[in-house]
Amino acid sequence: MGQYNALNIAWNALRGHKNWQRAWRDPEPKSNYDVIIIGGGGHGLATAYYLAKNHGITNVAILEKGWIGGGNVGRNTTIVRSNYLLDGNSPFYEHGMNLWRDMAQDLNYNVMFSPRGVMNIAHTKSQYDTFARRANTMRLNGIQAELLSRDEVLEREPIIDGSADTRFPVWGGILQPDAGNARHDAVAWGYARAADQLGVDIIQNCEVIDFIKHGERIIGVKTNRGDIHADKVGMAVAGSSSRLAQKLGIRLPIESHVLQAFVTEPYKPLINGVVTFGAGHFYVSQSDKGGVVFGGDIDGYNTYAQRGNLPVFEDVIAGGLTMMPCLSRLKLLRNWGGVMDMSMDGSPIIDVGPIDGLYLNTGWCYGGFKATPASGYCFAHTIANDEAHELNKAYTLDRFAKGYTIDEKGMGPYPKAH
Amino acid sequence: MIRINCPYCGEREHSEFTYGEDATRTTPDNDAPMEEWNKFVYERDNPAGEHIEYWHHAFGCRAWLKVQRNTFTHDISWVGLPHENPEAES
Ligand SMILES: Cc1cc2nc3c(=O)[nH]c(=O)nc-3n(C[C@H](O)[C@H](O)[C@H](O)COP(=O)(O)OP(=O)(O)OC[C@H]3O[C@@H](n4cnc5c(N)ncnc54)[C@H](O)[C@@H]3O)c2cc1C
Ligand SMILES: [Zn+2]
Repeated sequence: MGQYNALNIAWNALRGHKNWQRAWRDPEPKSNYDVIIIGGGGHGLATAYYLAKNHGITNVAILEKGWIGGGNVGRNTTIVRSNYLLDGNSPFYEHGMNLWRDMAQDLNYNVMFSPRGVMNIAHTKSQYDTFARRANTMRLNGIQAELLSRDEVLEREPIIDGSADTRFPVWGGILQPDAGNARHDAVAWGYARAADQLGVDIIQNCEVIDFIKHGERIIGVKTNRGDIHADKVGMAVAGSSSRLAQKLGIRLPIESHVLQAFVTEPYKPLINGVVTFGAGHFYVSQSDKGGVVFGGDIDGYNTYAQRGNLPVFEDVIAGGLTMMPCLSRLKLLRNWGGVMDMSMDGSPIIDVGPIDGLYLNTGWCYGGFKATPASGYCFAHTIANDEAHELNKAYTLDRFAKGYTIDEKGMGPYPKAH
Repeated sequence: MIRINCPYCGEREHSEFTYGEDATRTTPDNDAPMEEWNKFVYERDNPAGEHIEYWHHAFGCRAWLKVQRNTFTHDISWVGLPHENPEAES
């Protein structure tokens, strides 16, 4: 299949780009694998890649009911950051930052990782104080953080309404300078291609409809393309986690909720980094193509529909226009939704079990894109060694029963509030 | 757009309501084992399909309502008061 490089592009250009090979094979499912990963989203693809690369397990199949990149990995607003407070989270996400920095080289695929900075805006003194606490915590954990004055905020993003009589004047901000964006579908395709090259079978249009058990152990899955057996079965189906676990009679600490995202028509450079509004829920960045990409709150009710409702739509736009009034002149091009696995403490689960032969990866809420590399890295380790990696040892399923929840926002067991 | 037919106010639009939660969970006895409390506090059915849930008519009569809604289509098939239940399908 060959490496992607400048020489290769030139060679193909001279031949009218007629000789490019497909980026990954389209194999028929075999009847037996060492490991099956259910779900060809970012996490499933990354897991298969690291199983092959780090653990030498290459007899692996990814079973995806639709197409690669059709789930949340291709629907998110692409923000990559590690500005967490709690011990269970910080090292995990910071390890992810390291993987993001090398990802394009490692995968030989341009994932367009762009550390353009993530800036959160404070509108009051007390909000600024909590940012100071966050920045201190981050720096103690070895994560980059800077506090910004009002002027520094406005200098970084001149289109923010900096007037004193605006409804929520800017007080200051916090910046994680090495955070930013990546191109989401390139991440899916990059991991898919790299995993395929190491021998992983990527099987699309293959929906897992049930599990095959031998006694109390899972030994495979039933799919619309036949039965497939495996020593180990990993589940990374994001918003569909409860539906699949239900086949095993397992109730998860998860609710499925929809998050919407929006993109405008392409425009000249307008927004330099990632910016979040502090007096409502609104986050925005500008894609390399020029589209202004933004989002806000989840809709707030259980749903499996990949589309949202208008009240949240209006709320998100209102927040955006309060912070950056000039956005009102842009035309909205598209709006869509994705179904997310909202957990009871807002943190994920990467664990062995709860049934022999099964491994669980879920609970990413609306922050799982940034976690893609670290999640794949840790889930692969967990599957290969039958125990958690140091970085995901807090992400157990039984932490709820044991009282070790990791609740960044201190919201309690209300998934819609995380 | 979700519209809910409030028994007190009539059909009103989504933006007048806030979502509560799954209405089928029942609080265990005070002295029930921890296991049961864990299930109650943290585990959810999270069904794909019919879901019985609470909504608050926050910007209307402020009553809590029980609603049966499909989590795929958002179609609402029944609305009642918190102590009521949709009739089992015959
Ligand atoms: C609108 C929106 C904005 C977001 N913004 C951000 C952001 O800015 N930053 C961030 O970090 N995170 C963000 N997220 C969250 C992030 O996208 C998700 O947490 C993450 O993508 C989930 O992991 P995944 O990529 O593996 O999921 P998915 O891509 O959803 O993968 C799961 C896959 O499983 C497949 N599947 C389901 N059931 C079955 C079955 N029975 N058999 C076979 N396959 C099955 C699905 O088809 C799907 O492809 C956002 C999410 C949304 C929806
Ligand atoms: Zn009412």
